[in-house]
Amino acid sequence: MTMSVSQLRVHKIESMGTLDGPGIRTVVFLQGCLLHCGYCHNADTWQATGGEWMETDALFDLIMHNRAYFKKRGGVTFSGGEPLLQAKALLPLVKRLKEEDIHVAVDTSGAIWNDAVEALFPYIDLVLLDVKHTNALAYSALTGGRLSHTILFLERLKEAAKPYWIRQVIIAGITDSPLQVKILDALTASPFREKIELLPYHNMGEHKWSPETLPFKIVAHETSDEVIEELYKAIGVTNDAESTI
Amino acid sequence: MEAFKGILWREQIDVRDFIQNNYTPYTGGSDFLSGPTERTTRVFSKVEKLLAEEAIKDGVLDIDTEHVSSLLTYEPGYIDREEEKIFGLQTDAPLKRGVNPFGGIRMARQACEAYGYTLSETVETQFSYKTTHNDGVFRVYSDSMKKLRSSGILTGLPDAYGRGRIIGDYRRIALYGIDRLIEDKKADKRRRQSQAMSEDNIRLIEEMYRQIDFLGKLKEMAAAYGHDIGKPAETAQEAIQWLYYGYLASIKEQNGAAMSLGRVSTFIDVYIERDLEAGILTEATAQELIDDFVIKLRMARQLRTPDYNQLFAGDPMWITEVVGGIGEDGRTLVTKTSFRFLNTLINLGPAPEPNITVLWSSDLPEPFKAYCAEISIKTDAIQYENDDLMRPLYGDDYGIACCVSAMRIGKEMQFFGARCNLAKTLLMALNGGVDEMSGKQVGPEAAPMTDAVLDYDKVMTRFDSYLDWLCEQYVNTMNIIHYMHDKYAYEKTQMALHDTDVHRYMAFGVAGLSVVADSLSAIKYAKVMPVVGEAGWIEDFVIEGDFPMYGNDDDRVDRIASDLTERFIGKLKQYPTYRNAEHTLSILTITSNVVYGKKTGNTPDGRRKGEAFAPGANPMHNRDTRGAVASLNSVAKLPYACCRDGISCTFSITPDTLGKSETGRVENLVDLVDGYFDHTAHHLNVNVLNRDRLIEAMEYPERHPNLTIRVSGYAVNFHRLSRAQQEEVISRTFHERI
Repeated sequence: MTMSVSQLRVHKIESMGTLDGPGIRTVVFLQGCLLHCGYCHNADTWQATGGEWMETDALFDLIMHNRAYFKKRGGVTFSGGEPLLQAKALLPLVKRLKEEDIHVAVDTSGAIWNDAVEALFPYIDLVLLDVKHTNALAYSALTGGRLSHTILFLERLKEAAKPYWIRQVIIAGITDSPLQVKILDALTASPFREKIELLPYHNMGEHKWSPETLPFKIVAHETSDEVIEELYKAIGVTNDAESTI
Repeated sequence: MEAFKGILWREQIDVRDFIQNNYTPYTGGSDFLSGPTERTTRVFSKVEKLLAEEAIKDGVLDIDTEHVSSLLTYEPGYIDREEEKIFGLQTDAPLKRGVNPFGGIRMARQACEAYGYTLSETVETQFSYKTTHNDGVFRVYSDSMKKLRSSGILTGLPDAYGRGRIIGDYRRIALYGIDRLIEDKKADKRRRQSQAMSEDNIRLIEEMYRQIDFLGKLKEMAAAYGHDIGKPAETAQEAIQWLYYGYLASIKEQNGAAMSLGRVSTFIDVYIERDLEAGILTEATAQELIDDFVIKLRMARQLRTPDYNQLFAGDPMWITEVVGGIGEDGRTLVTKTSFRFLNTLINLGPAPEPNITVLWSSDLPEPFKAYCAEISIKTDAIQYENDDLMRPLYGDDYGIACCVSAMRIGKEMQFFGARCNLAKTLLMALNGGVDEMSGKQVGPEAAPMTDAVLDYDKVMTRFDSYLDWLCEQYVNTMNIIHYMHDKYAYEKTQMALHDTDVHRYMAFGVAGLSVVADSLSAIKYAKVMPVVGEAGWIEDFVIEGDFPMYGNDDDRVDRIASDLTERFIGKLKQYPTYRNAEHTLSILTITSNVVYGKKTGNTPDGRRKGEAFAPGANPMHNRDTRGAVASLNSVAKLPYACCRDGISCTFSITPDTLGKSETGRVENLVDLVDGYFDHTAHHLNVNVLNRDRLIEAMEYPERHPNLTIRVSGYAVNFHRLSRAQQEEVISRTFHERI
């Protein structure tokens, strides 16, 4: 498979994203992922061969067409899968978006750092960093990746004084202990962290698992809002909805 | 008390000039607002009790079968004479409905019978000597028109009930008093009498005679409540009372489908500001006046048949009141009373009426935008229309009749024309004039298009020729209806509150636009093979391959939808209208999208026979899969220039999808409306709710007694919808993130 620089492999596009960054956002879910999280709600984004090729010009036009809804707050979020797998192809698109003063966020696990990511990095306004677990062993068991990569990514964010949000999916018996969340809070704190978001696990992505991905799947109960509220309390965040630090 | 400013409005009838010279724009937030007073709570609890009784009695509390509804046929009615701030009921008792047989005696009779009443001998006898509007229309209808009507190609035509959609400038009564209005009309009449007696002139002079007559009756009606409205109002309470008498008289006289209020809040604000200054009112008592006025509006009712309720469910009156907007001089027309109107939805709880319509501009004060969004999220009871789009066409003193029909208040009116079923017309074209449901020949005869695969160009040529034919029939049908309505059911009160020379629109409409756009897209981009039944006409379609669907911001199909509107209005304009009215077009269905669907066979987009259409200009249910913004962008492409009677879009989103926190939801809704209107869209109904809540309300109505939702151009109490309509609402696209 050769990857054209002027094309991106897109899983799907949500034109009314309000959860992945501030304001109303066009969320571009890119295809392909490095990890295989057992609780993933988009398991159909893993395969690098899925999705469909889209010209970056067309993507640019589509995003610009939605610009009126961004106003002062919104913009575009590249999510996935792991959007930074396609960092090289993203670069010219993101540069053009920045020329138009569009706010650009990236929703990543931080599992990847290479020259292409480094080149793209200065043009990103906000990083939504998903820290899957704070225990290295548990991290690997859950995702197949390594916590150290995410920590390294986090350090780059701090060095660059880049605004970031920390996110974690709360899964019963895996990430739902107050201690784990306290460690998450301590580990990720810095003046550039704008928010910490604890997201309840839900099983609405059940139908997206395939015979290839299914072996990785874990079985868990949905996490209640009460549990999330308690965990926010444990780290001293009172407004669970906004969770601004 | 301080005199009002300005000169022009004193010399001639010019309410706008009065407002511009005297109103106080308000750019602050909602923190000044007051809750309901104890008095309001007491009065409203009486009303709530009556509403509960009404609900138990199948939605009709009582009917006066002895009288014919008009200005002076009932004794004054009260909820609580001692406690009420604003007087006036349609009959002598709250929620008792009057009978209005001017549209047609048969409808009035059926409506009484449907609720276990019998129309009195007196009324029957009276009307046995009278020609009704309905009689007149059917004397002239051609066979072809009758067929179009009974097959359901043309539906909901105002040929058996009042046409409505006329907004009297009720503010004139408060500002000038009835005596001055009569004087002015008499002067106009004398001028007309000195001109050549053409048919037009004779008709107008007779109309003016009737206008003057009814202004007199209106004064008498108010006198029965102890008020002299011959003179201008002096206080805010009188201003509200005077203009409400005008509205009340109109709904006693006419049972039009939509009887809208206009644009009264900023006008009233002038009086409230002056009374606050003079110490006559406090914020609490100012709000109390607005609350009491709104209580009255919420009690307005007309007597309808069950058939009518199928089309327009939940007893709507479309008491549309527009708030907000920007003036031509750039100042906002938002006043504190704009907030006070919205605040009634909190003080009295959510309700469908009055149909509060926010005229949205990107320049509206941000705190007002945020307050509107907050009220939308809490109540699902308001709609938004694009002031930046309409102001250049209608100035800054227009109102909305019904859902989306803009008109300059007191200067323009419309001839309402319901709508035609565009999807059924496509099927009829494919079948060479045969109605696919009944097998009857309804349109011009031609060979059914039974090619193995439908060819887009051939289909368009055929469809176009049937649209030509339909538009001719439609214009002519409307001409008959409105000629007869003017002749037998002329709106005396409302037209007395207009300038003598008015501009008239003739408002046509289409239903099923998204079904037809997707059908044509399927024929163009996929393979559509007709399935021919035994009788020789097409009963179904087999579709092979994918095709772009309207609602995903895809120009390939969105252009088809826009082209249909251009084509349709172009064709309508080929045919002259009664009284030289200007042709306009709406993309609006109200709740009739369910009935239209029921009457339409399988369509080439894969929609099954009987399945409901999407409401208004909405994409078909759940076919808009790229999120709310993409869906709205498709609707926004429909050209308002072609659809000057409005493009209705109803939008439902779950609270969690709109935003995580309360503040986030408010901000995002403001951005969404701003963005949508920046794309030159026209109208948006906003519902922020979960589908589960509606399903629960359907199964356990008692858990959500006041659940109000926006359907298509109006809001309705969910429980007043039929089961089929409830199911259709639930099956609509709810934008949510999965």
